[in-house]
Amino acid sequence: MTKKLIVIGAGMASGRALEHLFDSDPEAYDVTLFNAEPRGNYNRIMLSPVLSGEKTYDEIVTHDDAWYEDNGVTCRFGEKITRIDREAKTVTAENGDVLSYDKLLFGTGSNPFMIPLPGHDLNGVIAYRDLEDTELMMSMGPDNKVVVIGGGLLGLEAAAGMAARGVDVTVVHIMGHLMERQLDEAAGYLLRKALMDKSITVKCSANSKEILGENGRVKALLLDDGTELPCDLLVMAVGIRPNVKLAQDAGLAVGKGIHVDDQMITSDEDVLAVGECVEHNGAIFGLVAPLYDQAKVAAKTLLGEEAAFVQKSLSTKLKVTGCDLFSAGDFADGEGREDIVFRDPARGVYKRLVLEENRVVGAVFYGDTSDSNWFFGLIQSGEDVSDMRDTLIFGPAYQGGATLDPMAAVAALPDDAEICGCNGVSKGDIVAAITGGATDLAAVRAVTKASGSCGTCTGLVEQVLGVTLGDDFVIPAAASMCGCTDMSHEDVRRMIKSQELKSMAAVWQELGWKTSCGCHVCRPALNFYLLADWPVEYKDDPQSRFINERKHANIQKDGTYSVVPRMWGGMTTPNELRAIADAAEKYNVPTVHVTGGQRIDLLGVRGEDLPDIWRDLNAAGMVSGHAYAKGLRTVKTCVGKDHCRFGTQDSTGLGIKIEKKLWGSWTPHKVKLAVSGCPRNCAEATCKDIGVVCVDSGYQVGVAGAAGMDVKETERLADVATEEEALDYITAFMQLYRENAKYLDRPYKWVAKVGLDWVKEQVFDETTRNGLIERFELSQSIYQKDPWAEEAQKSEEKYQPLADFKLEAAE
Amino acid sequence: MSDWIDIGALEEIAPRGARVVKTAMGCVAVFRTGADEVFALENRCPHKGGPLSEGIVHGNKVTCPLHNWVFSLETGAAQGADEGTVPTYPARVENGRILLEHSFLQSRMAAE
Repeated sequence: MTKKLIVIGAGMASGRALEHLFDSDPEAYDVTLFNAEPRGNYNRIMLSPVLSGEKTYDEIVTHDDAWYEDNGVTCRFGEKITRIDREAKTVTAENGDVLSYDKLLFGTGSNPFMIPLPGHDLNGVIAYRDLEDTELMMSMGPDNKVVVIGGGLLGLEAAAGMAARGVDVTVVHIMGHLMERQLDEAAGYLLRKALMDKSITVKCSANSKEILGENGRVKALLLDDGTELPCDLLVMAVGIRPNVKLAQDAGLAVGKGIHVDDQMITSDEDVLAVGECVEHNGAIFGLVAPLYDQAKVAAKTLLGEEAAFVQKSLSTKLKVTGCDLFSAGDFADGEGREDIVFRDPARGVYKRLVLEENRVVGAVFYGDTSDSNWFFGLIQSGEDVSDMRDTLIFGPAYQGGATLDPMAAVAALPDDAEICGCNGVSKGDIVAAITGGATDLAAVRAVTKASGSCGTCTGLVEQVLGVTLGDDFVIPAAASMCGCTDMSHEDVRRMIKSQELKSMAAVWQELGWKTSCGCHVCRPALNFYLLADWPVEYKDDPQSRFINERKHANIQKDGTYSVVPRMWGGMTTPNELRAIADAAEKYNVPTVHVTGGQRIDLLGVRGEDLPDIWRDLNAAGMVSGHAYAKGLRTVKTCVGKDHCRFGTQDSTGLGIKIEKKLWGSWTPHKVKLAVSGCPRNCAEATCKDIGVVCVDSGYQVGVAGAAGMDVKETERLADVATEEEALDYITAFMQLYRENAKYLDRPYKWVAKVGLDWVKEQVFDETTRNGLIERFELSQSIYQKDPWAEEAQKSEEKYQPLADFKLEAAE
Repeated sequence: MSDWIDIGALEEIAPRGARVVKTAMGCVAVFRTGADEVFALENRCPHKGGPLSEGIVHGNKVTCPLHNWVFSLETGAAQGADEGTVPTYPARVENGRILLEHSFLQSRMAAE
């Protein structure tokens, strides 16, 4: 006689269990299927493509009416079960029908978790769970705003789906990066960037406080920092809770979910459970792979066959078009765990493998997931990978039998493989350049432009050099910023920009600093990067500055200071000179010296006298000359056509204009300028960081000169006809240098790294140039101020001793 | 029992900063760390006499502003390859006030 099976819930797990059951023995059970939703089994994980419009509901139906009919399933859709009597082995339906069973299968799934924020019961606050939710989201259009709480898998799919319909979507996520359970920080960051490219606003580390409503309908989400995000619909996608109510009422053993054993049997041997409603060995399940495994086991158990459910590593793929993402296994940092990381920022590729005892235990891929199945296999098999470790990250194509050369992967690349994405340089081009005589990085860069733009393929180019030249070439090791981090200056800078790290603490935390608060090497660099990249948001930290910049004077070897007032363009007046002479006498300045930058240096001033001497010089109209700063120092000039019989332009006038525009700006290293009135070049403009040589037809703007440890002539950035253009190009160059150079690289070192061609491309493009100038001016609106006046007023006490027992003793 | 002398409020020194206390026998540098601990050291680097109070404070260490020698604020010992020790003196914080030991200050005043 055919036994009776009652299934509660037509979801993916119970549906799969029925498929297995009917495949093995269609006659074994007489099946009745209850479902609270008024429809049969559809592929719930394909709701996202339905939402984005890539699929229709009909396309994601797993079991249609015909399937149920063919398999003799009695469907009771839209009906709930109100009661289970396990003694009598009956269930009671909503309409009062009592049905008996031999076996009962729970597939009640899960309920979305709704955060009990004030206002969570307003109209327009929904979860993302079923077709009804999806249809509500689909009703939103370009005129609507939607807030999604939750930056996990589901929330992001909801956000991307609505964004694809033109909806203005904001994702609010409580954690520091998206999908923190599946992704590490770096991949989370790439994902965030990709979502922002889809015009989705992403707010991480954001705490929701209250849902605001109007006439019973949602109006906005209020964050605890006071931000109000207006919305017409609010989607909560913060997690699920197994739906255990019915099982609990029936007296089954229930924890987080319905307890099941390896055979998917609950505490009652005639009752089974599968899917998101179960708890197995303390774990609950939200992804589809284990649910299908459970379904298979449940079907076998129902047929009296042996089977056991085993929990396996899980993998995740995000179903958002354009965000190619894969994560599997465990990728938390831990003792004894090692990382293999591959990044190609230009392509937006990030791959990370986590190894433990020579086995792959976790993997996170972003941007290129083509080999993810192979890696997932390695995680599941627990195979020893020590033999292929060197080339593991490149995937199965690069694994061979023999011991592998670390450079084999590069050697194995075909000639047409692109090495430098910015400049479209292939491996073949680089090899040709090398065999043509370019035997180091700089030479290859000069011939092919490879690695000359963003510089991120530098390592690859070096490997191609290594492969081509063999032992003749030694790859330089990438230097980390300092002992507090393994990251290079370039990496740290990139992360500050891209992860929007706006405070020193954020950098230490997010980038995993090994020390509590950095050191004297990284702190000044970080302080500069932060204030250059986030002039408005970041607050300058004097305690992270070298003493000269903290006290606005140059410390001398005996602990005294030097004071240099600014003389715009090297011009001064009798009044200024008189004030300088007075100050020198008043404060017993032992040495007065004329500097190479056309300024007067008062050496040997005591620290405590600084605020007073500044006040005196301020009173005569002078401001700090920033002779101590990693910033704009001096603009040196010759007297130009006002006096000189050879002068072609007003070189002093232009010098003053440049200095008035640039003064007060902080830069990666000091910046010195000069303007010469004719090619005789009396102001020595051709060995400055930026130098202008005036000619009859206009102005030759040169950059990247040096006359210090190295001596180097400037390279021509531009020939321009007017002073305004000269100012624009110089300002844009300054900002480009501020935004991109490594701390303590003078412009000539930085230009050698990125290439003058790239610099020119940026400043010659009108949009880019104007953007640079705008950002420079924004920064100047905050930082262009005379520190002397400010310090003498506000922080005079910090120049004085905390206590003076010498005086007390004398009294 | 040692007596302690109040030399000022903790907030008069910036976090990760220092101020000096002048005595007849030279300056004492009083440091405040990021974790609000206070340390008193001779304000003089054993290398070339640099004023340690002007250095960058990181963790429980300070870097001399002249040639980047790094010293432990706790022991006064030079870190890394450099050799040398800066004298350290008793200091503590109580109710937001910085206290130095009386007998120590006395000894620094007696010299003249």
